[in-house]
Amino acid sequence: MKRWKGVLALSSLSALLMGALALGIALGAVPVSPLDKDPTNRLILLHIRLPRVLLAALVGGALGLCGAVMQGLFRNPLADPYLLGIASGATAGAALVIALHLEVYYWGFVPLGAFLGGVLAVTIVYRVAQTRWARLDNYALILSGVALAALFSAVTSFLLFYAGAAHDARRVIFWILGGLGGAQWLYVLGVLGTLLIVGATLVLFARELNALALGEEMAAHLGIEPRHLRKILLFAVTLLTAVAVAVSGTIGFVGLIVPHILRLIVGPDHRVLLPASALGGAVLLTLCDAVARTVLAPAELPIGIITALLGAPFFLFLLRRRAQPGVTL
Amino acid sequence: MIRLEHVRLGYDGRLVLRDLELEIASGEVFGLVGPNGSGKTTLLRAISGRLSPQAGAIYLDCRRLSELSSQEIARELAMLEQEISCSFDFTVREIVELGRLPHRARWQRLSPQDHEIVTRALRLTDTLQFADRSIGSLSSGERQRVWLALALAQEPKILLLDEPTAHLDLRYQLEILELIRHLAVTEDLTVVLSLHDLNLALRFVDRLALLSEGHVIACGDPETVLVPHTIERAYRVRVRRLEGDWLIPEGVA
Repeated sequence: MKRWKGVLALSSLSALLMGALALGIALGAVPVSPLDKDPTNRLILLHIRLPRVLLAALVGGALGLCGAVMQGLFRNPLADPYLLGIASGATAGAALVIALHLEVYYWGFVPLGAFLGGVLAVTIVYRVAQTRWARLDNYALILSGVALAALFSAVTSFLLFYAGAAHDARRVIFWILGGLGGAQWLYVLGVLGTLLIVGATLVLFARELNALALGEEMAAHLGIEPRHLRKILLFAVTLLTAVAVAVSGTIGFVGLIVPHILRLIVGPDHRVLLPASALGGAVLLTLCDAVARTVLAPAELPIGIITALLGAPFFLFLLRRRAQPGVTL
Repeated sequence: MIRLEHVRLGYDGRLVLRDLELEIASGEVFGLVGPNGSGKTTLLRAISGRLSPQAGAIYLDCRRLSELSSQEIARELAMLEQEISCSFDFTVREIVELGRLPHRARWQRLSPQDHEIVTRALRLTDTLQFADRSIGSLSSGERQRVWLALALAQEPKILLLDEPTAHLDLRYQLEILELIRHLAVTEDLTVVLSLHDLNLALRFVDRLALLSEGHVIACGDPETVLVPHTIERAYRVRVRRLEGDWLIPEGVA
């Protein structure tokens, strides 16, 4: 019976995603349909609309999945993929490339800089939090993530200040606010490939994540090596998040809200929760992006503003609920 | 059988137990008692393979513990920590199913046989009735039985329990210990458990070791170990023994 519930939830979410994708393709500054014969509209569809909608879905899926894994890994329902300073590291990396005008040599240096910045941030956080016992302290990990985020934000601010040129500043701000305006097929393929490989790996570890809910010691007594598990999962999440940030900047709250809502619907079993969070994240970000493109059309709202407007009140609501006695999240 | 040979245990610079010699026979219910900080938990962690001895060796049957992988250990031995909390609201059955983890490869589904073992563990601990309820909705006594079901689902030969009666009221304390004793016989388990309550230890274990200041200061029959002068030596408390083997604390020594 339980298995059927999982299958039902995942197929409903897939259907929902199809609907969201169709809506995302249809909506926009220029209304187009897949059957359009007009050559200009076909170009818009194929080179602008389609990669953009798919990228939104893929980035949303990556963030939802990473959020679910982080919450399981840290045994904390308020964890998210940016917890360890990855977003601020990535923003600083992109800002550095922009400030030094390195992208004139090759446009791909900007996402590459973001990727490396994100990985650098997580590496530092991980090293700091590693105690003499080669064990990781969760609080140290989270606190050093916060400290490092502040440090990297300072670097970004300095670069913004230093870059001076309004044009460059706007480009850095894009990373801070997040957006899918730069979508192209290469990004779509890159995120798709990473999401498939990392996602499949993560789902294989779903049962171990379930065991981790009983604490690291109990998981160890069930034959799991918590240290290995943590390393593998952190590496996978870092890779996937860094790829997502590299193509879309910082899009907050998707990784926080989506696993949360879905845990209430499908339950905490990660074998269902992980794929469900990926699908749910894809639905949410596709819809948010459609809103971002249409509310001020032909101008565009940075998508990070929309997700934060939705997510921050939700986060506060969760905290409030948690503060009440008798409610466990 | 569990055998410890010249085992020294500690964390980094701090030595907890030195030159430990202990043999626990198969099918035995073996108690560990001693004051706070005397190393009961440390010893259990060492037997569970989570803490490697600084010197000496621990054997499960004839195999050296340090040569077994944690998955191999988990098929032989189940351990319940003193305080177990579940960070998400899993159902009771989902939790007990985790006991099958060491017997399954990562990509393998649970077989019908696994499900049978899980159901049996639930039945043995009398938790089948709330198998589909969430763990958060149970009382601490009920939860303790669920953890026991989880351990049984591992189908271990050895069961290690770190103060299974902590935080339980009088009735639940007796209930859980009677259940553990019963399971030790019916499931042919070797049980090693730490206990704070010496009266419970007197009633429920076959043999016990009294730990104090890094040593086993007495080991054997509870009747002979838990006598006033060894207790005073270990705990610095004077006790009197009543008829029917009840210990009454009289005051700090």
